[in-house]
Amino acid sequence: MELSTALVLNAIIAGLLLGGLYAAMSVGISISFGMLDVVNIAHPAFIILGSYIAYIVNDRLGFDPILVSVVLSPLFFALGMALYRIYYLCFEKRGQESLRGLAFFFGILFITEVALVLIFGVDYRLVQTAYGQTTWRLGAVDFPLRLVVPFLVSVTMVVSVQLFLTHTFFGRAVLAVAQDQLALRLMGVNPVRVKELAFALSIATAGVAGAFLIVIQPVQPSIGREFIGLAFAVCVLGGMGSIWGTLLGAFVLGLAESFTSTFFGPSWAPAVSFGLLLATLAFKPSGLLGR
Amino acid sequence: MSNRTFTVMVFAIAIAIIMASRFIPNEYFFQAAYTVLQFVVLATAWNILGGYTGYVNFGTAAFFAVGAYSTVFLYNAFQAPLVVMILAGTLVAGLLGLGVGYLTLRLRGVYFAIATLALAVVLYTFVINWDYVGGARGAYLLQPREVPFGFARYTHLLYSAMVLMTAAALAVARAIETSTLGRGLAAIRDDELAAESAGVPTLRLKLFSATVSGALMGMAGTTFPYYLSYIEPSSAFSLSYAVNSIAMPLIGGMMSWLGPLIGAILLGSIQQLVQVTVSSAWNLLIVGVMLVLFVTLAPNGIMGWVDAWRKRKDR
Amino acid sequence: MSDLLLEVSGVTKRFGGFTALEDVDLVVRPGERIGLIGPNGSGKSTLVNCICGALHNEAGSIRFMGEDIGRQPTHRRIRLGLARSFQIPKPFASMSVLDNLRVPLLYAARRHEKIAKSQITDEAMHILQQVGLGDKAQAMSRGLTQVDMRKLELARAMAAKPRLLISDEAMAGLSPAEVDDILALLQGLKQQGVAVIMIEHVMRAVMKFSERVAVLVAGRKIAEGDPQAIAGNPDVVKAYLGE
Repeated sequence: MELSTALVLNAIIAGLLLGGLYAAMSVGISISFGMLDVVNIAHPAFIILGSYIAYIVNDRLGFDPILVSVVLSPLFFALGMALYRIYYLCFEKRGQESLRGLAFFFGILFITEVALVLIFGVDYRLVQTAYGQTTWRLGAVDFPLRLVVPFLVSVTMVVSVQLFLTHTFFGRAVLAVAQDQLALRLMGVNPVRVKELAFALSIATAGVAGAFLIVIQPVQPSIGREFIGLAFAVCVLGGMGSIWGTLLGAFVLGLAESFTSTFFGPSWAPAVSFGLLLATLAFKPSGLLGR
Repeated sequence: MSNRTFTVMVFAIAIAIIMASRFIPNEYFFQAAYTVLQFVVLATAWNILGGYTGYVNFGTAAFFAVGAYSTVFLYNAFQAPLVVMILAGTLVAGLLGLGVGYLTLRLRGVYFAIATLALAVVLYTFVINWDYVGGARGAYLLQPREVPFGFARYTHLLYSAMVLMTAAALAVARAIETSTLGRGLAAIRDDELAAESAGVPTLRLKLFSATVSGALMGMAGTTFPYYLSYIEPSSAFSLSYAVNSIAMPLIGGMMSWLGPLIGAILLGSIQQLVQVTVSSAWNLLIVGVMLVLFVTLAPNGIMGWVDAWRKRKDR
Repeated sequence: MSDLLLEVSGVTKRFGGFTALEDVDLVVRPGERIGLIGPNGSGKSTLVNCICGALHNEAGSIRFMGEDIGRQPTHRRIRLGLARSFQIPKPFASMSVLDNLRVPLLYAARRHEKIAKSQITDEAMHILQQVGLGDKAQAMSRGLTQVDMRKLELARAMAAKPRLLISDEAMAGLSPAEVDDILALLQGLKQQGVAVIMIEHVMRAVMKFSERVAVLVAGRKIAEGDPQAIAGNPDVVKAYLGE
């Protein structure tokens, strides 16, 4: 079979743009799972929650969903703080985080999803944006703005998170939490407080990622589950706890999915992320940029 | 009580229940009981790997669906008899369990749990793209016109099969739990390195546990396509199987075979009730809320309360 | 036919670029009491992990009772008659103290000693009484004090009915009286013909206990000999006190 250059180029661009979305969805898990050792499998549920909040405000008031999500991110931050409090008191403190902590977040995932179904129904929802219908063309290659705008904001967000973690005192405390809690205590920093705020940050990124998602595609409550594997695949692929790795993993996955959709049909796309996840777990658990 | 006595007893009770059910005129009873018992099997099976061995499996739906789709395959290919379908589905799901067991070689804890979730999606995608078993559209299965053993309807036969499968699952779970094997699995759950250093062949035991757990989950799925006469990937792979089979042992208690049984009957019945009186959308909300409530407030489940109460009485 | 129980020769273990063990030799005869000392990070625990199979050495061989066990999984080695206690106690937390001992009795001891299933409980109680945990048999292991936790760790290793028991810092943080208790316990094993490798920081205990002492520094064995000779060895003194 002969492949046309335009087809391949378009697949590459679409894959990279998609990768931007995936990076935003995964960066929170990279923080919570990779750095704090909190296995928040409910993360995608908060992404969908973010989509719906952006949808409501956009639907009622017509504001730009991404702008809305950034303005409302303190809400998600507070939600994250509350959630970590419960998690800490009920599981981490008792030393039961592994099995019961997982079940806890699994339950949260379901509650969020079903609550959204009960309120909004199972119909797909979408948003109106100023740039949604525009597509730039460079030769034979398409740059749909509904992908380009989230891509740019997402990469900015992920890079900011990385800079924040490496260049501020608090950020370095977060990085230290995974390594040496005792040293933190000796420095007069309370590790629980650090984890609480870092977890809150991870949930805040979920809210914003939700807005990206609904700008790119229509959203329905139960699609969150499909992103569990995706987000974890990105984190594991990139190497646990590495933000640059997450960005790289997101692009790899975006490209893989885009090529699968282009050449085998979109119905095979989910198998790619999960298949990659399984393969990475089985053969190189430390990931691409793993420690 | 020895395991042999227990097995004989549990099957005697099962047969008695089947006999007694003949006098129940209400069709709804069979539907509801079938669903609840199906959950008993799934919860019991999940608990063998999750509760006894300490490996969280989010892929219950994958095993269930493998059982169900092996029935669809045998239906399309040979119109095979029901017993063959049940045995074949159990076997195939057991093999899948064995494969999952090998994952434990490299993946501990969370990574294992996520891998099982991933497995479910990969299999789902394959089934959606596999036209022979109906693909995304689903497949119709006609219930055989002739119903053996003098049952009034084919659904009654399926219900009876499910009663027997429940008995089998409970007998297997209890036998594992009370044997040397069960002690070894508990050691693995508590500390794998210490278990290995106490002479426990951890890999072999984990493979066994994953195989049996998977086989029983698959078994529960084998009669599902006939039961509805129709099957589609999204219902066979429904994540509600995963959340239920985790919630039920957690709510009932994971340390013994009684826990999943109590949890499944309780949670299963509540869901049946809610489905009739309110709507099925509320089912999952209730499961989710109960899961979160129990796991935060009563981490040892209902059996945990019973144990605590017994201890207080002894003093 | 060799009369050596354990024969470690030329064992090397690397972690990435870091060499944790380099060309280490060690022999243990039946019933012998060996002390293994060295500063923190000198490779003592790594050596134990290689002997027991938790880690795999890149070079060298490990023979136990004449058999090359270098490629065997841990549980096989335990069943042959090796046993270890962990530096940081790893009790089976969901089980009672008694049940903790049942595991090695069922899975290891029964492989080379004739113990009927009905005798398992008696056997476990016997060992618990030896270590002084007899009255805590029914207690949950997760509720034990640090001292009792260490005793349980040792009792569980003894329950495997080993020919060679490796005790990895069983006495850290114990009071002198408790150290003496555990010393007496380990010395009692001699009568049963059990060899012991004791890894310890409590120097008094090592010197009192051992018939022979080996010293690891930075992954190499720098000295070996009877306790007096080792205590006076200038290399050992230098390694411990710095230059």
